[in-house]
Amino acid sequence: MKSSRRSFLKIAGLAAAGLGTGPVLRSWAAGGGAPAPKIMNNAEALEAKRWAMVIDTRRFHSADDLQPMIDVCHSIHNVPHLKDHHHEIKWIWSEPFGNAFPEREHEFMTEKLHHLPFLVLCNHCENPPCVRACPTKATFKRPDGIVLMDFHRCIGCRFCMAACPYGARSFNFRDPRPFITHTNLAFPTRTKGVVEKCNFCAERLAVGQIPACVEVSDGALTFGDLDDPASQVRHVLKENFTIRRKQGLGTGPGVYYIV
Amino acid sequence: MQNKGKIITGLVIFIALFTFPFIYRMGKAAPAPDVVLTPKALAAKQCVRSTDYMTAEHMQLLDIWREKVVREGQRLYVTTDGRAFNMSLSNTCLDCHSNKAEFCDRCHDYASVKPYCWECHIDNPKGEKQ
Repeated sequence: MKSSRRSFLKIAGLAAAGLGTGPVLRSWAAGGGAPAPKIMNNAEALEAKRWAMVIDTRRFHSADDLQPMIDVCHSIHNVPHLKDHHHEIKWIWSEPFGNAFPEREHEFMTEKLHHLPFLVLCNHCENPPCVRACPTKATFKRPDGIVLMDFHRCIGCRFCMAACPYGARSFNFRDPRPFITHTNLAFPTRTKGVVEKCNFCAERLAVGQIPACVEVSDGALTFGDLDDPASQVRHVLKENFTIRRKQGLGTGPGVYYIV
Repeated sequence: MQNKGKIITGLVIFIALFTFPFIYRMGKAAPAPDVVLTPKALAAKQCVRSTDYMTAEHMQLLDIWREKVVREGQRLYVTTDGRAFNMSLSNTCLDCHSNKAEFCDRCHDYASVKPYCWECHIDNPKGEKQ
């Protein structure tokens, strides 16, 4: 039989189409069978468009006043206590005014601000420079505004630490486990070679609890959805004059200070 | 062909050396390990998926769990028969399989895989004395 190129191509095309339908039909047939397991949010999880925190610094008078918040955070998150300050790991800690708000410090500042410690933590920025710097996307911003770390993917390059203008990130130069006094068995530790920081208690929000530092602050810390005009943070922000750390850098910090 | 003798001798020696480990251990394969189920795991009868799936694919399942929990904040796993689980290696998997040494490690040692989950995740979430 003599066949033209045209008819050969037609038959070849039909054959290819015929071969291709088999797997599709089979996958359709399989898909209609057993129901697949479902993955979903906890029903009691707290949700928001943009989580934020307001810290009322008028309520704090000494480092001792800040200690309960620092202690509760570091104990539930298995943050090690390392004496050598080069190896120090911190999620939430205190800084003098000049370090927390360097562009606002001046020579003739009110005396009280020279001695007052300020509670500082990751600002969960609107435009987080650490996320841009991370080469592996281990640090990412969630849709609810929390800047979170995936420790599985962190390669320990510390670009994020260089990028963060708030010094909110710490690097595990050593295995942290021997330096954790009381391990919270429900929460993982970290390993040598990863960076860590405050996670705005993402694991607590997922089960309907507010961040631990807010819980123990006796009302000095307010937490809520910045996008919701009826939320408590919006109410507190409306009533008080607030400042943010290094606002001029354009990172859009999500932690506000009443001074 | 020159040097025929040397080449063939060389080849024979090479093949003998290369296949030595296989010939030496032939018919003496190490038996597959017996994993021990805790009374709690036995009582539950069924893991989050079928036993076959869990044996072969638990690492893929854990990978999906990690992705969902860390990246998307979704922590609830509802099985096909309607049971709900918190997606947590330490707090859920090891709640039943609290005998890591006889459950996880036996198979991992046999298969010569060294997962580094336990460098961060706590392998004894109930704090029981070993």
